[in-house]
Amino acid sequence: MIKHLRDAGDLDAGNATLILDTARELARLTGGREVKKLPTLRGRTVVNLFYEDSTRTRISFEAAAKRLSADVINFSAKGSSVSKGESLKDTALTLQAMGADAVVIRHGASGAPHRLANWVDGSVVNAGDGTHEHPTQALLDAFTMRERLGRLAGLNVTIVGDVLHSRVARSNVVLLATLGAKVTLVGPPTLIPVDIASAEVSYDLDAVLPTSDVVMMLRVQHERMNASYFPSAREYSRRYGMDGARMARLPEHAIVMHPGPMNRGMEISPEVADSPRSTIVEQVANGVSVRMAVLYLLLGGK
Amino acid sequence: MAYLITNVSVLGAEPRDLYIDGGVIAEHKGEEPDHIIDGTGLVALPGLVDLHTHLREPGREDAETVETGSRAAALGGYTAVCAMANTSPVADTAGVVEQVWRLGREAGLVDVQPIGAVTVGLAGERLAELGAMADSAATVRIFSDDGHCVADPRLMRRALEYVKAFDGVIAQHAEEPRLTEGAQMHEGEVATRLGLTGWPAVAEEAIIARDVLLAEHVGSRLHVCHLSTAGSVEVVRQAKARGVRVTAEVTPHHLVLTHERAESYDPVFKVNPPLRTPDDVKALRAALAEGIIDIVATDHAPHAVEDKECEWAYARPGMVGLETALSVVLSTGSLEKDGEIDWDLVAERMSRTPARIAGLTDHGHDPLPGAPATFTLVDPAATRTVDPVETASRSKNNPYAGMSLPGRIVATFLRGEPTVLDGKATK
Ligand SMILES: [Zn+2]
Repeated sequence: MIKHLRDAGDLDAGNATLILDTARELARLTGGREVKKLPTLRGRTVVNLFYEDSTRTRISFEAAAKRLSADVINFSAKGSSVSKGESLKDTALTLQAMGADAVVIRHGASGAPHRLANWVDGSVVNAGDGTHEHPTQALLDAFTMRERLGRLAGLNVTIVGDVLHSRVARSNVVLLATLGAKVTLVGPPTLIPVDIASAEVSYDLDAVLPTSDVVMMLRVQHERMNASYFPSAREYSRRYGMDGARMARLPEHAIVMHPGPMNRGMEISPEVADSPRSTIVEQVANGVSVRMAVLYLLLGGK
Repeated sequence: MAYLITNVSVLGAEPRDLYIDGGVIAEHKGEEPDHIIDGTGLVALPGLVDLHTHLREPGREDAETVETGSRAAALGGYTAVCAMANTSPVADTAGVVEQVWRLGREAGLVDVQPIGAVTVGLAGERLAELGAMADSAATVRIFSDDGHCVADPRLMRRALEYVKAFDGVIAQHAEEPRLTEGAQMHEGEVATRLGLTGWPAVAEEAIIARDVLLAEHVGSRLHVCHLSTAGSVEVVRQAKARGVRVTAEVTPHHLVLTHERAESYDPVFKVNPPLRTPDDVKALRAALAEGIIDIVATDHAPHAVEDKECEWAYARPGMVGLETALSVVLSTGSLEKDGEIDWDLVAERMSRTPARIAGLTDHGHDPLPGAPATFTLVDPAATRTVDPVETASRSKNNPYAGMSLPGRIVATFLRGEPTVLDGKATK
């Protein structure tokens, strides 16, 4: 197994599949009405180093570590930067001295997990870095697709929205290509990054829906309007939002995903979000299982 | 002190002796020298001239001083450097440029020619006292807001026009700021993958295109700093064909390093303009050989450790380059004819032309009898492995660490006085 999960590029097909299989097994062992703990990581220390507020992701990692009996230290470093407060390197040396076996880092700067991995001996897990990646989100998305549709290879996955600023999209593009799915990115041309490798691009959502097995709607932030990425929320929603009429164009078996938090009425209508095709609630549950698998495998648990 | 350099090849010609006395080069007529330097295997070049150096003094003496930067320059074969204006305080008054000029004289390792800011505080709002800087003891002729683009077209027009009164030149850092907000690296496949905001080539090309038209319109001289894209080469090519008085520089790093280097997220590779694509590198090399790009300039940009040992987005852009420039340029093979180094072309791109653009009349003269003894001796057969710690600079942000590069500076002379001997600074 690899030492760090800095981005989805750290995973080959074998390791990615092993994480998904392990997540399934861990879900079986610890799931059910009363959550059971496994002793696997007893005595190991997992630090959640969060430079950005993300209660959802932090809680998910915390639950995952605790279900494996690891000691969890939450290190909130929000607001820190080189100009004020401690540098990332100094923080890394502190964590090193505390004997962190794994550092889960969420950071506003792309590549911060790569920098951190130079300065600590433990494993580094990227919980979202800038506009770069969020690999455990991609793993839980892949897990969810596989649970619902039975496979990943050959699936047509359509990712819709602000791909340019989305770390979720970047991780999904890389991981899904590794696992043999075909990805199509859809959005206004202003929000599709230049020269993106291993994905198709379309500006016409209606055209790709009939052949999509999975549609993943990305959160679109309202402030993008101010930077002229698109003219108005209404126009965005009309051209790229998922509503009931668009959902009807999907094949019978197709699912609709969203990494959350949703802008209901912007990129996704309540009708879709609450429909049986929506996987939004199970994505959250699957997140814990996948993060357990990641910590378990990176830390060499047994 | 009189020096005799024996059996040295001047610009690749048949070896001969050079006698140095009283600051000039003379024929050796049997006089007894104080020192003899065996020039066997060495090439003598006119002292290199750098049109784009950040010496950081005043303001960031922890990163570099006029003295340490001068020493690094001399070790790189330079006899003159043009010190950029983005110091703290900014070199936008006669007082600051004279201070830098005086510090250069005191260090005495290279001629330090201050560049004046175009606008007050580099703020891009109103002209600095360009005439006062021109008339000062520093006799400023090059003006630049480097680090910032003079983006306002009316202000750029006025600056170009105004400096005609004293044969000045505006050196533009070509970057349309609205197209590079938050930019971290070259916009392209690598930036997309790394999730770093892109710095598109067009942000440079659009400003150069505008500026050559402005320079043409008002009949002024324009110099383009650190040209970095294939598209910029074409804009300059067309302007030159029309007779526009435009010159352009390329940095050593843009001739060898590409945007893939950012994959490490190591900010030692963060620079502005950013490292570009292999196709850009190819075009820049060809343009330097052809003369569309007139000169090599280092954009030597020392930075303190804490400004580089951090997240990519928080790091300051820039890399050191004075001590490696000639070796890096030689490694590209751009300045060769039939597989041999064309030393005359090296002199043209790294000494004579930058001296002419900067108006440094003491520099850029071939080291032959009658010329000022301001030259450098290169051992082209030597190779060296770059170690960032082995430097005269205060900063270690060297992107060539571990690279094996050709050529070594053996000695440098400034007006008859050695600043470097046996590859070591004399003071
Ligand atoms: Zn610049």
